[in-house]
Parts: sequence; C-alpha cells; structure tokens
Amino acid sequence: MLIYERSRAGRQARAQYVSAKGLDGQIAEDLGEHLRQSEVGLPEVSELETVRHYTNLSAKNFAIDRQFYPLGSCTMKYNPRGAHQVASLPGFLNRHPLAPDANSQGYMACLFELQNYLKEVTGMQAVSLTPMAGAQGEFAGVAMIRAYHAKRGDVQRTEILVPEAAHGTNPATAVMCGFTVREIPVTNDGDVDLEALKAAVGPATAGLMMTNPSTCGVFERQVQAIAETVHDAGGLLYYDGANLNAILGQVRPGDMGFDVLHMNLHKTFATPHGGGGPGSGPVGVGPRLVPFLPTPMVGSSGGESPTYRWLDHKDCPDSIGRLSCFMGNAGILLRAYAYARLLGGEGLHRVGEYATLNANYMAKSLEQAGFTLAYPTRRATHEFIVSLSKEAKNQGVTAMDFAKRLLDYGFHAPTTYFPLLVPECLLIEPTETESKAEIDGFVSAMAQILEEARVEPERVTTAPHTLPISRLDDVKAARDLDLAFSEVAEG
Amino acid sequence: MPFIPHTPLDQQQMLEVIGAPDIEALFDEIPKGLRAEKLNQIPAGISEMALGQMMNRRARQDEVDLCFLGAGAYNHHIPAAIWDLVARGEFMTAYTPYQAEASQGTLQLIYEFQTMISRLTAMEVANASVYDGATALAEAMLMAVRANKRNRSKRILVAGNIHPQYLETCRTIVKPQGLTLDVLDYDPRTGRVDLDSDRVQDAAALAVSYPNFFGGLDPVDRLTDIASAAGALVIGVVNPTALALLKPPGHWGENGADIVVGEGQPLGIPMASGGPYLGLMCCKKQIVRQMPGRIIGRTVDQRNRPGYTLTLQAREQHIRRGKATSNICTNQGLLVTAATLYLSLMGNEGLRQVALQSHAGLKNLVGQATAIPGVQARFEGPVFHEQVLELPVLAEVVVRKMAERGIVPGFDLGVVDAGLDHCLLVNVTETKTGEDIDAFISCLNAVIQSEMSPC
Repeated sequence: MLIYERSRAGRQARAQYVSAKGLDGQIAEDLGEHLRQSEVGLPEVSELETVRHYTNLSAKNFAIDRQFYPLGSCTMKYNPRGAHQVASLPGFLNRHPLAPDANSQGYMACLFELQNYLKEVTGMQAVSLTPMAGAQGEFAGVAMIRAYHAKRGDVQRTEILVPEAAHGTNPATAVMCGFTVREIPVTNDGDVDLEALKAAVGPATAGLMMTNPSTCGVFERQVQAIAETVHDAGGLLYYDGANLNAILGQVRPGDMGFDVLHMNLHKTFATPHGGGGPGSGPVGVGPRLVPFLPTPMVGSSGGESPTYRWLDHKDCPDSIGRLSCFMGNAGILLRAYAYARLLGGEGLHRVGEYATLNANYMAKSLEQAGFTLAYPTRRATHEFIVSLSKEAKNQGVTAMDFAKRLLDYGFHAPTTYFPLLVPECLLIEPTETESKAEIDGFVSAMAQILEEARVEPERVTTAPHTLPISRLDDVKAARDLDLAFSEVAEG
Repeated sequence: MPFIPHTPLDQQQMLEVIGAPDIEALFDEIPKGLRAEKLNQIPAGISEMALGQMMNRRARQDEVDLCFLGAGAYNHHIPAAIWDLVARGEFMTAYTPYQAEASQGTLQLIYEFQTMISRLTAMEVANASVYDGATALAEAMLMAVRANKRNRSKRILVAGNIHPQYLETCRTIVKPQGLTLDVLDYDPRTGRVDLDSDRVQDAAALAVSYPNFFGGLDPVDRLTDIASAAGALVIGVVNPTALALLKPPGHWGENGADIVVGEGQPLGIPMASGGPYLGLMCCKKQIVRQMPGRIIGRTVDQRNRPGYTLTLQAREQHIRRGKATSNICTNQGLLVTAATLYLSLMGNEGLRQVALQSHAGLKNLVGQATAIPGVQARFEGPVFHEQVLELPVLAEVVVRKMAERGIVPGFDLGVVDAGLDHCLLVNVTETKTGEDIDAFISCLNAVIQSEMSPC
C-alpha cells in the first residue's frame, strides 16, 4: 500500500505545524500573479501512519545491518555507528556551508587532515575532496587530463583508452568529458593485452583509464609496462579507485605510475551506501595535475595551531572549477575521517590484508564445493569471479537464478553479469568485516543451490520464494511507464 | 582489530584451505618493488570514546547562536521522526536496489518520492534525484541539448540572477561537451531578468531560477512563453518549499516548463556544511528518455502483485557505457528517504505553513531593518523568504562584526559581485522567532552605528 492510499483529506500531523494563522490573507497581495492556484498534492496522514508506513517499508530491504551482502565491486563492509554519530553532532549538522571561516575551523581541520591521509594512502601529491560520488570523481579526473593537454596546446589528444573489463562509468565519463573511447582487449588470464595497447597508443592518446585490481578480481601484473607505454605516447594514466579496498596499505596507485585517481569513500572508507547514495569520490593527483584540481579545497597556515581557509579559483586559477554548489558531500567526508581515525595507519593496512584473505578463502571454498572460478590460476584480490556457464548449459540454471535463490537463503546476491566478458558470472566480494562463519554459511548455501539445480531446477529458476514479491515484469515497467501514483483508475 | 572479526584460529584455518603460509603470500602477484611501506603519515587508531571527545570539541567550535544565511541552503525545522527512521540500518546500509525483490522498501519509497515531487512541481515525471541542485541544473542543460529537436544548438541562455555557484558548477560540467552558457543580465533596479525573442532564437534552452538568487520572483509566465515560441526548452530551477505558495513550473505560461530542477535540502535535510543534499529533477513525459539518473517504475510480479523496479535502464552507464545519458550511477538515496518522510509528515497544510511563516518572518526583518537610516531593500518587487539589504557600510564588515557577536547575518554579495559589496543577502525561515529577528536588528543597528561614527 502506498502512503497516498493511506491519505485522507484533512488528516494532519499537527505537531509539525508552525501556525501561520492570519497570514493567508496577506500572501495573495504579496505574491500577486505568482500565487499558486493548484493543489500541492501531498499525502495527508498522521505522524504515526508515516512512522509505521516507512518502518514497515524498511523491513522489505536487504541491508548490511541485516544480511551478508557480497556484492562484487561495491565493498559492502560494516558502516561503523561511531562514525555516523560524530558526523551527526549538532555543531556539524547546523553549520551553514557559507559560514565564515572563523566559524568553521573544527570542520575544516577534519577535512584538511583527511586530505593528507588520502594522499598517504594513494601515494599522490595532492587531493581534492569535493567530488560527490565515484562517477563525479572520474569526471573530475578526466577533465583534469583534458585541461592538462589543453594547457600545453596539445589539442589533438582526443582519445581515452579503456580496457574492456572496465566499469561502464569509465567510457560514459570519457564521453562526458568530450573524448572518444577506444576499448583495449583483456587476455584469457585477466590481464590487459599489452600488445593491443601498444598498437593503440599514439599522438591521439589523451590517457588510459583502468582499475587495479581489475574488475576480473585479479591484480594487473604488467601495470608498470602499461604505465610506461601510455606515458611514452604522451598520455596520462587514470586510476579508478573502485577496488582500492583490495590494496589498502599494500600497494599505492601513485607508486604504480598513475597520474590521477578517484576513491570511493562509500566503499573503502566504510560510509553507508544509503540505498544508492550519497557517495563521495575525492580525487588525488601526481605533480603534473596539481594545478587543475577541482575547488574548493582546504588550505592550512601550518605551524603548531594552524588556521584553515578555503582555496578557491583565486588560489587555483587553472582549476577545472567547482563540481557542486558548496563543497561535496561534507557529511560523508566527516564519516570517512572518523573511520580513518578509528583504524589508524595500522588498521587501514589490515583492511587490505583481511579483505584479500576473505576473498581467497571464499574462492577456494567455492571451488572445492564444485564451482568454476573464472581465473583459477590467479590469486583473488578482494573479489573474484565464479562462472556458471556449465550449470546454465547443463541444468538451465543461470547466474541470475543463483542470485535470486540466494535471497531465499538470506544472503544478498553477488554482482551478476559483470564484467561482461565472463559469461554467466557472479562477482563476489566478501570484505574484511565478515567472519569465517558467515563466509562458510554462504558457501554452504551456494552448494545447496547447486544441488537443487541438479535435482529440482525449477526451485531455483522461479526463485525467490520467500520475499514480499517474486520476479518483476521489467518489460512491462519500461513499456507501460508508471512513474507516479494517480488516484484516477487507469484505463 | 576494529571491525575485523577473525580469531587467530580462523585465520590459520583459512590459510590452510587456501594453501598459503601467511597473508603476505596472498600478495605475491604484485611486483615486489611496488609494495608499500607502512602508512606512517596516518596517526595510530583511537577508540570510539576518544574520537567522540575530539569531534565534540571540533563540532562545538563551529557553533553559532543565530544564522540568517540562505543562498542555497536553508535552516528549516526537521521533524524528530525523520532522522530516527532514516538512520535505520535497513535504509542506511542498503545498496542500490538492483535486486528488486530484496529492495522493495527503497523502491516503493522512491516511487512515492517521484509522485510527491512531480505533484509539487506540477510536472509529469520526476527521477530518483541526482547529487545536488547545481549538478541537477548542469544535467538539465545537457539533457536539453539532447532533447531539443527543434534546433541543434548548444547554446543555453541562463538568467544572470541564478545562484553564481550553480553557474560555476554548470560551466565545469557542460563545457567539455561544447555547450556555451549565454548569461542574460538582470535589471539593476529589480534584480529580475526579461527577454526578447531575438535573444533566445537558436538557443537550446533558457534556464531561470524561481525564486532567483536575490530572493525575487521573475516573470516566469512571460519568459516561458517567449522561450517556447522561439523553440527553446525551458529549465526551471525551483525551491521546493516555495512551491507551497508559488506557481509550479508545470503551469508556467501556456505550456509549462520542460525540465525542472532544484535543491531538495529544505525538505528535512540538515545544512551540514553543504552536503549530502539531493538534486531534484523533473521533466515532461515526452522527453523522459533523455533524463539522466535512476527512475523507478511500478509493474507487477509473476503473481500479478504490484512491485517497483528500476526502469528505463537503457539510458544508464552500466548498460549503455559510452552512449549513456550521463555517467551518474547513484542517486542520493538516503536524502530521498528524508525528503519523502518530510513531505509525508508536513502534508499540504504543514508545508504551506512553513512557507508562509518564512515569508512573514522575512517581511518582519526587512521592515525593521529598512527603518535603520541608510539601510534599504536593494531590489523592488515580490520576494519569498530571502532578500537583499543595501547597507551604508561594507557587507563584509557587517558579517564579520555581527558574527563576532554570535549572529551570522547573511551572505556578503561582494564576494560574487564587487558592485554589490554593500549588499547583504538575508534569509528567514520559520525557525526564527520574533526575538531572534529583534536580536538581529539591534545587532545590525549597533554595528552600523559603530562603523559610521567618526573615530
């Protein structure tokens, strides 16, 4: 039932009213032709109805707090309550984004320190925190590559190279930044095809975007040769930080030869995903791109008791500019800062270690349970790929069927059908915050589904059976668009 | 080890299954020369208690008694129920609703949100939100160029009284795709823009803000009709609270606006230093396939029960890669949750009262302020809950001196336009009592007196 279907004309949540009695008469005169003549169209419900309706809706969601959520490439780790609590202190929540610097020193101190931590973690020279999500960080990074070439008058560089295993955002971002995209093939063991790359680079190459570990769940071993190839051709190297959790404290993108990167704080720094946002996607750069970083950033006077101030276009005349009305997803930055302080340098180093331990253990356990790994000769990183081609062919049970049946067992499904180059794949990322027992439970559910696929495949192909709804008619959703509720009966 | 549950025995058993001697061996595919040193520049971890004490000190440092800043972020009352519910793990720690069967809570909520926003704006379709109001406007400009079939122009005519930081954001985002922003000067007497049909010929779209950055109300009916007649799409940038009182963009002129964006922060989201907020985005149904961002549709399951799902995904990056409408992946899901709860709790009457009370508070403040010698309203004409005061002294000085007394009086417009360096943009919401406004006035009076008096 929709909140609108609970609505009754004249029902009100009166505690929320501010009593603007007596102002109605005047407003028509004040606003004249601007006055709204039509209904506002909101539901009319009581406070209890609102609370009960949305509490009940929340129960229909899977969430990290309720289920193991091994969604590959999404790093669904525990989101510490302590970080949420300190970011929600009144002084932070009530601070207006344009408050004078003198009334912002506490907030800016956190941001300045976070900038420094992220430099250390990535091996980059400077960081801007302002991008509001990974995709916006990517945009900032590629826009900086464009600005760098333009500043040098090197304007014939119109092409961005992207390995075929890349996230869809990489090519979409390159196009948003005015580049054309050229995809580079990946070899059978998951590495970039170096010969194809060498043949592709040239005077039109603006840069290469890649993820390492790649979306195949393996570490790109030839990263230094790739960097050399692209740099020799005059291009720059972009690091997509989607998989940074795998290598936190183990190897740094700056040391691998990358010129620019974005991080996903909502993955690596454990800030909540919120049902699909907010994210936060700070960018880091090597020496060549520092002048182009997006504004604003936080500058410090240095010394024993530093004062902080905003750096804007006056300080950074070559900046690609502003990316949001104010300064990014500030509340997420505070949570990421709190997370870094709780873990410290040692703790962040352990993240990479235990994320990798969990993924390798889980991959091996699934292999022993009869599943096919996409790259069985490779070490898993923080994630790995299982291919269900064999099961699809023999039992007619697809990766999507496994995903849906896992929901019945109380596990969120792994990422399905990505990367596109592995057929019938599940991309599985356990993260470091899951216990051995939880992983064992997942592996045993997978083994049971495999058995069901043999003896009773319909049980799997018609799943889920225990959730509020079964599989939805997506074709109808796109064909008979119904994007807003209407009280008028449809006909 | 914070947030890592492994016992030594777990670890040993796991390594045995893998067949590795230790964790270090799991990194043996990384070239040796690349392995990182310890992260020495990051301080040692601290306890949750110590973190709380440190952050409490820092948060308290930033508190002020009274704040009359608006300029794109507004201090409205946030009902207690909202963040109690939003902070539930089921909302807070869920991911993008790709698995619809396991995400009906979030999906239905977004469908309700889309319904509320499309009704509030009188538009046919709303999406599940983008990052913030400024990026929503940038996306609307890119969308208008794709959607406008009457010309192939990449020129966007932008009202010069739009939020200057929206304009900066748009420049960053739309420039690489070759769009040009043609800024329409505002009338120095009224702060409003007007338009003749020559100027809008061969423009892909006209973007107009309602209220405008100075708090005033532009002649949106006339602007919409002129732009539409010339073949340009109309992009409205709106404040959702204001729409409880103001003509919704779907009803502007003969045909209404084509694309509507706005900052959703006033709907139950704390000011929180500028984010996370949510960008509202709506359009006419005929151009929905050019809209970026997530869209939720209602459909049925295999047993014909209603259910909600991500739809029109063929527009999005994970399907279309380089041909997508935008590279955006996320919406601002958690903030959508807050805004939906807010609109549900307020209802029609509650939202209207907030808007009325804010408007009345501003009138009270401006009435008293302009009684101070040398202080006057900078622009003529109707306003909603924000207005520009022209002062006899520099606005920068007034902001600094009043802030020292615990009152942040508004936004110094000299920061964005040297010609307005005596001008202060002041906002009042329903959270300001009569006493708060009196305190503002006596503080402003005192600062002006001391600045004007001969040394």
